[in-house]
Amino acid sequence: MNEELFQKMAQSVLDGDSDAAIALAKQAIEAGIDPLEAITQGYVNGVNQVGQSFASGEAFLPELVMAGEAMKAAVSTLEPEMQKRGVKRTMLGKVVLATVEGDIHEIGKSLVGTMLSASGFQVYDLGVDVPASKIIAKVQEVDADIVGLSALLTTTMVKQREVIIELDKLGLRRKVKVMVGGAPVTRDWVQKIEADGTSEDAIGAVGVAKSLVGAA
Amino acid sequence: MAKTIKSITNPKLRLEILTPQEVKKIHDATLWIIEKVGVRFPSKRALDIWAAHGAEVDHEKMVIRAKPELLEAALKTCPSAYLLAARDPQQDLPLDGNHVFVGTDGCGVEVIDIRTGLRRTSCLQDVRDISRIADATEEVAFHWVPVSAQDMSSETRGLHEIKAIWENSTKHVQTESIYNEREARAAIEMAALIAGGKDKLRQRPVLSLMQCSAPPLGHDGGSLDAALVAAEYGLPTGFMTMAANLTTGPATLAGNLAVGNAEVISGTALIQLAYPGAPVFYAAAQTASDLRTGAYTGGGPEDFLYGAATNVLSDFYNIPLSMGSFATGAKEPNWQAGIENSLSTFMASIVMSDMLLGVGFLHGSRIWSFAEMMMDCEIFSIIHKTMQGIIVDDETLALDTIAAVGPGGNFLSQKHTLKHMRELFLPQFMDRRPFNEWEIKKDDARDWALAKARNILDTHHPDPLEEKIPIEMAKIISTLEN
Repeated sequence: MNEELFQKMAQSVLDGDSDAAIALAKQAIEAGIDPLEAITQGYVNGVNQVGQSFASGEAFLPELVMAGEAMKAAVSTLEPEMQKRGVKRTMLGKVVLATVEGDIHEIGKSLVGTMLSASGFQVYDLGVDVPASKIIAKVQEVDADIVGLSALLTTTMVKQREVIIELDKLGLRRKVKVMVGGAPVTRDWVQKIEADGTSEDAIGAVGVAKSLVGAA
Repeated sequence: MAKTIKSITNPKLRLEILTPQEVKKIHDATLWIIEKVGVRFPSKRALDIWAAHGAEVDHEKMVIRAKPELLEAALKTCPSAYLLAARDPQQDLPLDGNHVFVGTDGCGVEVIDIRTGLRRTSCLQDVRDISRIADATEEVAFHWVPVSAQDMSSETRGLHEIKAIWENSTKHVQTESIYNEREARAAIEMAALIAGGKDKLRQRPVLSLMQCSAPPLGHDGGSLDAALVAAEYGLPTGFMTMAANLTTGPATLAGNLAVGNAEVISGTALIQLAYPGAPVFYAAAQTASDLRTGAYTGGGPEDFLYGAATNVLSDFYNIPLSMGSFATGAKEPNWQAGIENSLSTFMASIVMSDMLLGVGFLHGSRIWSFAEMMMDCEIFSIIHKTMQGIIVDDETLALDTIAAVGPGGNFLSQKHTLKHMRELFLPQFMDRRPFNEWEIKKDDARDWALAKARNILDTHHPDPLEEKIPIEMAKIISTLEN
């Protein structure tokens, strides 16, 4: 009986159907099903299957994103029940994401957020035009493992370095890994500012993040 | 060297990519988007202008919604033709709908070094070198800031870049790398030094400003403020959409055109509301995002279609167009680069886009290649020649000559041949040699193109600026640095 529900959950993610994913989560709560089981035996299978189709060239980015969003919707529906039961999902790590100060371009950063969250990271997305101080405050508040900094302009890209310098001043640099991204970011720049990782696309970013937290 | 500028004019080739009904449909969709969905203008000044003209303004979200009548009335004051002035008046560019001009592309972050062949971060010297080479070619009619001068302070980088171009070329400068009010005001002071005062600058705008929108349906605040400053002083300014299927626009081409059009048209209307009659242009470089990575592709059939369709839209609004062509996604000058840059440039040229951007890049406008720059110039020359079509008259039918040669024989020794042979296209970089000659070195277009660029850099000396001008420019820049 639960098996059938779990399969439907996986299917809702495969279909990228957030509404169905939420309805199934509610159904699971009413039926007294362990929310963690619903995630690991239900929804996560959907994410994995989309991942496999993507890897084999059958599925494309929009399908990954929609699956990620359905997964996120399901998890947030199950969240209160998890709190009630005092259980927590084991996450791969906590990631603070932001587009740096002076820059409003966010599509790449948001895409990275969706992919990381679908892959089991706890993501705190601070949005666009975020000053270094605000990023650092969030890193400290949530005890982040990774901070991801996005920039599209060469003139704002310098703010990525600013955040790294600030982290260093506060003695946080060894604890927090820094990922940088955006069209003007090159390998030279990553080395120059001593960031820990970069990726030219959102899928690659998941691999980089996993290796930075030792989960790859 | 190369005082003349090659442009496509009076073409014989034609293409109808959109019917008038289809254009009207896209226009109506655009008006609907601006009225019902709205466009984001994150600039206090811009929002105030919209509010003063009766648009609905959501100050918190910084989104405006405007009635079609307001938009259409504002767009009516756009001048349909004007001049992009050059330091050398012989190189002025009339944007009159009957010329296609090519610029250098911008703004990249890496350069394949002209001497070492190694890829590295771009710097100010690259801006100088590229401008100097562009100055010597007849294909490049105007400059964008080709690469980012990353060795300069980010506060004044945009000013160092335009100064470097003016010091190395007499052609028009269009910067896409100034996107705040402070730098825009300083840039106008610098341009006024060349024009001989702000009034003269209005008559002879040696500088124009291009701003990117922030799709979907948004603008960048600093860019809006910079564009308004440019318009105040009569410098041509335009908004470029880079709306991309899948990510910043719908997956369908018509929908993506409508999203981009809403951005450009709303930005253009803002400029007209603030400064009626200010010279404006439409700018676009729509593309499709890659299905797998979501990345900017910079090539493919969608780009080619956008290249032709956008000029139909800008013609509908009766303003010049600056169109993204070239800009291959290829990582080196290769098969992909040749296909993408030829077809995108052909499609944008056949509809007579006024400005094409531009020559020189690999990897979707990120890596500058001097070889690619020269080969892109040749692509433009090929299209330039093709666009002239076939002239049919008594002279070109050559009946007397045909009769003189008769069946058999050949035309090599005919006077008619001597008279017209130089009308045939003579490529610089295409390999038409005998096979065994090629076999000796197995060199090709890339080698010859690079050699040509190096030769220009070694030998071309652009007309210098009056001695005091760079000094004055440096002073203007330094006031922003202190």
